[in-house]
Amino acid sequence: MSIFQSLIKKEMLHLLRDFRTILVVLVMPVTLLLLFGFAISTEVNNVRIVAVVEQHTDETKEMLERFRNNPSFTFEGTVSPGEAERLLRKGEADAAIVFRTKNGRLSHQIVADASNTTMAQTATAYLESVANSNAAGVPIVSRTLYNPQLKSAYNFVPGIMGMIFILICAMMTSVSIVSEKETGTMDLLLVSPVRPGTIILGKLVPYFLLSCIILALMLTLGYTVLEIPLSASVIPVIGISLLYIVLALALGLLISTLASTQVAALLVSGVMFMLPVVLLSGMIFPVENMPRALQWFSCIIPARWYIEAVRVLMIQQLPASSVRAEILVLAGMTLVVLALAIKKFHAKR
Amino acid sequence: MNARTLTALLRKELLMMKRNPIVPRLIVAMPVLVMLIIPLVATLDVKDVGVAVVDNDRTELSRRMVADMEASEYLHITGCYARHDEALRQMENGRADVIVSIPEDYQKDWTSGKKPRLAVEANGVDAMKGTLGAQYAARAAARSLTQWQAERGIGLPAAESNTMNLYNPTLNFRNYMIPALMVVLLIIVCGFLPTLNLVGEKEAGTIEAMNVTPVGKLEFVLSKLIPYWAVGLLIVTVGMLIGWLVYGLVPEGSVGSIYLAAILFSLVMSGLGVAIANRSATILQSIFVMFAFIVVFQLMGGLFTPIASMPRWAQGITYALPPRYFIEIMRAVYLKGATPADLAVQYVALAGFALLLSLAAAATYRRRD
Amino acid sequence: MNKETVLSVKDLTKRFGNFTAVDRITFQVMKGEIFGFLGANGAGKTTAMRMLCGLSYPTSGSGTVAGYDIVRQAEEIKRHIGYMSQRFSLYEGLTVWENLRLFATIYGMPARQIRERSDEVFGALGMKDMRNALVKDIPLGWKQRLAFTAATLHSPDIVFLDEPTGGVDPATRRKFWEMIYKASSEGMTVFVTTHYLDEAEYCNRISIMVDGQIKALDTPAGLKEEYHATTMDEVFRTVARNAKRPG
Repeated sequence: MSIFQSLIKKEMLHLLRDFRTILVVLVMPVTLLLLFGFAISTEVNNVRIVAVVEQHTDETKEMLERFRNNPSFTFEGTVSPGEAERLLRKGEADAAIVFRTKNGRLSHQIVADASNTTMAQTATAYLESVANSNAAGVPIVSRTLYNPQLKSAYNFVPGIMGMIFILICAMMTSVSIVSEKETGTMDLLLVSPVRPGTIILGKLVPYFLLSCIILALMLTLGYTVLEIPLSASVIPVIGISLLYIVLALALGLLISTLASTQVAALLVSGVMFMLPVVLLSGMIFPVENMPRALQWFSCIIPARWYIEAVRVLMIQQLPASSVRAEILVLAGMTLVVLALAIKKFHAKR
Repeated sequence: MNARTLTALLRKELLMMKRNPIVPRLIVAMPVLVMLIIPLVATLDVKDVGVAVVDNDRTELSRRMVADMEASEYLHITGCYARHDEALRQMENGRADVIVSIPEDYQKDWTSGKKPRLAVEANGVDAMKGTLGAQYAARAAARSLTQWQAERGIGLPAAESNTMNLYNPTLNFRNYMIPALMVVLLIIVCGFLPTLNLVGEKEAGTIEAMNVTPVGKLEFVLSKLIPYWAVGLLIVTVGMLIGWLVYGLVPEGSVGSIYLAAILFSLVMSGLGVAIANRSATILQSIFVMFAFIVVFQLMGGLFTPIASMPRWAQGITYALPPRYFIEIMRAVYLKGATPADLAVQYVALAGFALLLSLAAAATYRRRD
Repeated sequence: MNKETVLSVKDLTKRFGNFTAVDRITFQVMKGEIFGFLGANGAGKTTAMRMLCGLSYPTSGSGTVAGYDIVRQAEEIKRHIGYMSQRFSLYEGLTVWENLRLFATIYGMPARQIRERSDEVFGALGMKDMRNALVKDIPLGWKQRLAFTAATLHSPDIVFLDEPTGGVDPATRRKFWEMIYKASSEGMTVFVTTHYLDEAEYCNRISIMVDGQIKALDTPAGLKEEYHATTMDEVFRTVARNAKRPG
């Protein structure tokens, strides 16, 4: 067995021995994927509404029937104005629709709990479309492209992948290298005749393999459980993910040369990478909604480019040529970070 | 419980906190970062929906529809195209979210009493933006059409309708976000930091030195928690000041009910933190476990994405997550002026969790093996 | 033996699952004595000591420390003992004085007495200029002497030292033992574990633990005579010859 192989074997054993590490490494991606896939969504369904009717007529009766039968709403009944206000305040209803009949003509007012703006906007849009559906009678054919079932999971999966690889590659690699520095075993290896490059590769390869396993796991789960269409784009998705994994490993290496304690490495990778990935990469919040300065700032976050590219490939099913810019940016970042990390590593000795 | 011992231990904690290279900076930087950056970023407002129009009609009516969409505060027109695939290209490169296609002879057909169809296509990649955007576009088009018909005396006049947005009339997403963000601060200050501190003493071996002294369990744990409780309340205060000075947001309800919730939630988090610390031997272990809790708390507690959007089973799980109640209280007090009486359920739930987790913390704390 | 007994245990046992760390040990320690607790690494010294200090429940057996029962009155025992562990256990982020003040206050010493006693000790040790240095910045030998001071400032009946002099040179170790002698001459009982055999010579009596059991117990001179040896090293090798646990 060569030195390189034995180094990798040592690292693998070390990785697999700690039960909690395995738990975090394998269970967390799956849990996040399933949570986002099934539990967390930004779409609004199930708006709880109440109606206030000043004067019951056939028209209001017909209107209430329409709300009752619409699957987007949970119709909680007809109440008095005071009761409606109380329910809104306590958060037990999201919107109230008030019907008035004046001069024989029905008018309505939508009162929404706008403390949750998204809910209020959507509820208003839904209510308007139901209430007006016979008035003007504009025939409109609607259809949705790319994600016809409108699953927000489709939108989240690339984000989760972007986050997990940073977590596994950057965070765990840096912590593992720094812990060897703390215990002094790194010095032991460095004074041995093994070349430093070999030592570092021996550290990185196991995490690279682990990331490949996770990638396979996520893609399989995405395809089977979340039913993300992958057939056409699987090769480019894997390709760009591998590039991103290498970039994340390089980041981990860079952090490990900067931090001197495990906790510092954790905080640095947590504050510098995890938070920006969650907040600024477009994973949950669309980049184009951010102020200009932050949009510029988000350009230096690798996950932003990765997530954008995977969305285009995976959801829009466009060919790899349409993400050329993202691939170039990621490749460029990888080279720069790798060069910096190697330079720092040599400077340390 | 010995007051003199507690004072001595507290003095020790404060001295060490002051000399720690990271903690004081974290305490200052975190509220500022969280309160200033996240509200800028975390917005799910659907504004600025890009609409690509395929106008095959090119009449007064079709141009009027385009102009009305452009005038809507939520929509902007990325361009009018002669062919559908040109508009599709706009969507593929992410400029357009919605394609509205106006068929040939649209105006003529309406005039002659037919009912031609308008096609609205939404980009489903961002499901929420796509759906809402399509609705806005359809509404704008419908409004143009009814007006146009009314002017010509055809069709029915539209029913009168208006909308009233209670509690947050400008529909500002930040007003929704800011009160809830304090949860992020308290989770870190009252949950994460004491855990790191306790496990740190375990790793350093000083906890054993304390265990052979007459210092009681209660005094020792209290000396760990009181400083972070104080810092937690301080940070909530700073958060409220930032909300007021930067965003002009003041609570509609009483400040007292905010502090009451903050105190209860601090107790919840510190109980959880101590229990995790008791069960962990190394800093790394405790961080992993704490991290898992933080991810679930922040993603499922209703902070960034509404609980109401979750499926029933997932909503069921959120009842077991203390941050859910804290977030509900903060939003209701801040925006709706709700009183503790209105929110009795949430307060009682938080108090229950605080009691339960404190008991769990006490039960798992072992001075003797 | 008409001296007062400070510590006495009978058939004290600690099991972790199938592993018997401490196996029915029985012994007494007299007031003012320096009692050495010898054994290879893993022989069960630290486990035994943790039971005596109330840090660990015995699986079976009984005993008293400073007149209190080690099973039921652990909290009372803690008021009357001092303890210094092999892992250096002062707060690195506090100064020398802050550490002393903290531990003395915990043991209920009045503020004035703390100041007087610590000034006295700093003077005796020549540590006056280190008073306000952070503990993490002072050399290991000083840290050990400081930890001993912190464990004894409140004049406990008995002080437990768990391998107190690990990792320092013989000269520094000797200085540490001078402190032990001084405390002992003032009537304090000293219970010390060590695996340095030269240190064993400094004790009044020593016990040698092998595989969780006490295999020999006498004065250093008595042991040498019994095992026909000239040094403690030989005694120890003879006693530990049949040890099963790896050292």
